[in-house]
Amino acid sequence: MSTILILEQVLNGLQFGVMLFLMAAGLTLIFGVMGLINLAHGSLYMVGAFAAAAVAGLTGSFVLALIAALAAAALAGAVIEIAVIRRLYNSDHLDQVLATFALILIFSEGTRWVFGSFPLFLDIPAALSGPVTLPGGIQYPLYRLTLIGAGLLVALGLWLLIERTRIGIQIRAGENDREMIAALGVDISKLYTLVFALGAALAGLAGALVGAIQSVQVGMGEPVLILAFVVIVIGGIGSIKGAFVGALLVGLTDTLVGIFLPEVLKLFMDAAPATSAGSSIASMSIYILMSLVLIWRPSGLFGARS
Amino acid sequence: MKKFLMASAATALLASAAAADVKVGMITTLSGGGASLGIDTRDGFMLAIEAAGRSDIEVVIEDDQQKPDIAVQLADKMIQSEKVDVLTGIVWSNLAMAVVPAATAQGLFYLSTNAAPAQLAGAGCNANYFAISYQNDNLHEGAGAYVAQAGYKNTFILAPNYPAGHDSLNGFKRFYTGDLAGEVYTQLGQTDYAAEIAQIRASGADSVFFFLPGGMGISFLKQYADSGVDLPLVGPAFSFDQNILQAVGDAAVGVKNSSTWSKDLDNAANAAFVAAYQEKYGRLPSIYAAQGYDTANLLLSAIDKADVNDDAAFGAALKAADFASVRGEFSFAANNHPIQNVYVREVIKEGEIFTNKIVGTALEDHANAYVDECKM
Repeated sequence: MSTILILEQVLNGLQFGVMLFLMAAGLTLIFGVMGLINLAHGSLYMVGAFAAAAVAGLTGSFVLALIAALAAAALAGAVIEIAVIRRLYNSDHLDQVLATFALILIFSEGTRWVFGSFPLFLDIPAALSGPVTLPGGIQYPLYRLTLIGAGLLVALGLWLLIERTRIGIQIRAGENDREMIAALGVDISKLYTLVFALGAALAGLAGALVGAIQSVQVGMGEPVLILAFVVIVIGGIGSIKGAFVGALLVGLTDTLVGIFLPEVLKLFMDAAPATSAGSSIASMSIYILMSLVLIWRPSGLFGARS
Repeated sequence: MKKFLMASAATALLASAAAADVKVGMITTLSGGGASLGIDTRDGFMLAIEAAGRSDIEVVIEDDQQKPDIAVQLADKMIQSEKVDVLTGIVWSNLAMAVVPAATAQGLFYLSTNAAPAQLAGAGCNANYFAISYQNDNLHEGAGAYVAQAGYKNTFILAPNYPAGHDSLNGFKRFYTGDLAGEVYTQLGQTDYAAEIAQIRASGADSVFFFLPGGMGISFLKQYADSGVDLPLVGPAFSFDQNILQAVGDAAVGVKNSSTWSKDLDNAANAAFVAAYQEKYGRLPSIYAAQGYDTANLLLSAIDKADVNDDAAFGAALKAADFASVRGEFSFAANNHPIQNVYVREVIKEGEIFTNKIVGTALEDHANAYVDECKM
């Protein structure tokens, strides 16, 4: 197994990680600030991908497609916050799970109603297609490099927003004590709508970016949602920094264990059972990682609340 | 005179039996991520039923949501309260395993439009169970035979880590004669194949065989095309059906795939089917639609010959396979699975539509590996 292959796999893990971060950031913000479990976050990812595919199909422009994805997901987020989610802040988590699960079904069947049952086509823009050669002779798809860059930029932007702006102060304050900041004159319901729309827009962006290299189809958001929950549990609920570290950890673990475990098992097993067993254990790896982190730190790596 | 009376009474009895209503229960996937397969199955099936224009056949259609528990509930409902005579339509092998053995044990006929797992072809075969589609391994066996015929010596193979994925790679290896550059099981439902593509690049393979049905295949093909790896790809038809190709786009053009059916297969039944399907639904049929259509026509041919309540006679009428299949020559092996050709197709672009054309035959009059294990 060559160094080039290992480096390439590390890049793959990073790319997977930063895309997970886009999903997890919104989820952790919403959970942290509003105390809401939003199962419908995966549906917003799907909305972003479908909006991008539809606009790219009509206009042929990937930039317009991304803008459409952000706008559609943010709008969908704001609408469901006002129409449904707002009523759930004071309910217990079970009610929230039930209501947001209903939203998944509504979004899925609604999307099928509008776009049909067949997967949509969304391609990488021509300027970003094909591989580039990196120093050391690694051939790597340019689009995936762009995804890593875009994810890191969004992470930086979010960090600046949370740490350096007035809105960020309000969000952090809302996380700690929502009655107090309401008493200080901050319009809490507007803040909540804003945070929800922001989280939705990030999910939509992830859906559109990833949709170009995957299949844009109904139900595409739910597998990612599960991983995003794992990420925020590892990182600590409510922490953007935790979501970032957790996402990279999950991305790297999932990719590297999936590749190297079967190879390791082959050292002392036959090839066929080694690949099969290795693949089975690898699919558990991130959950094992999660358990280990929780044993070590029950509230996650950067979790403030216990 | 007495003889004549008896004979005519028998004829009358036979006629009334043949005219008895047949109720068909179709359980298929009409919602969720796998819906396009079930929708095509239903549309192909109903096209043949409606073309027959008969009033003595009733079809009840229900959505299994691709969930085994729901499929079982629907089957129970159809058997007990709807009193159907024949069940059909299940797309997925895990759902078929949950429904078929129980249904045939209760004396119903099950006609499979798609799923045909090894368990139901070998030791678990049943006189009331017919697979009209194929045996699950067939397309993979065809792909293995094609790769060997094409002279590739070092193939990298990958499939999802679930029973059908294992069957796939085993089926491939049954007819492939070269070495394996690598053998990888991916996670079921995996959407990112960057890691596997990097392995392929590093493996020194001369070709790649993959079985990744549905959205998995779309993701793999797009990512493979963008990776700069340009080894020839071969797969079973599942990743290249009419609905999936449009979502993959140019990335699939030129890829060889094995199939028992193609829209350009040269026979009268197929030409009529493709034209009628396009006229009725405004899109090209997929392999699932073709299999649904064949299943309905087989059923119609058996209803003409025998009473559905007479298990032995109806089973024999089905087994005769006396219908014009859109796949050309078609008969049943001893274990009620088809004997048919497996073709090699190539993905092409026709105008704005991506589709397949036949470029060769991988296996002729091919049955399946489980015939001898079946004791009926």
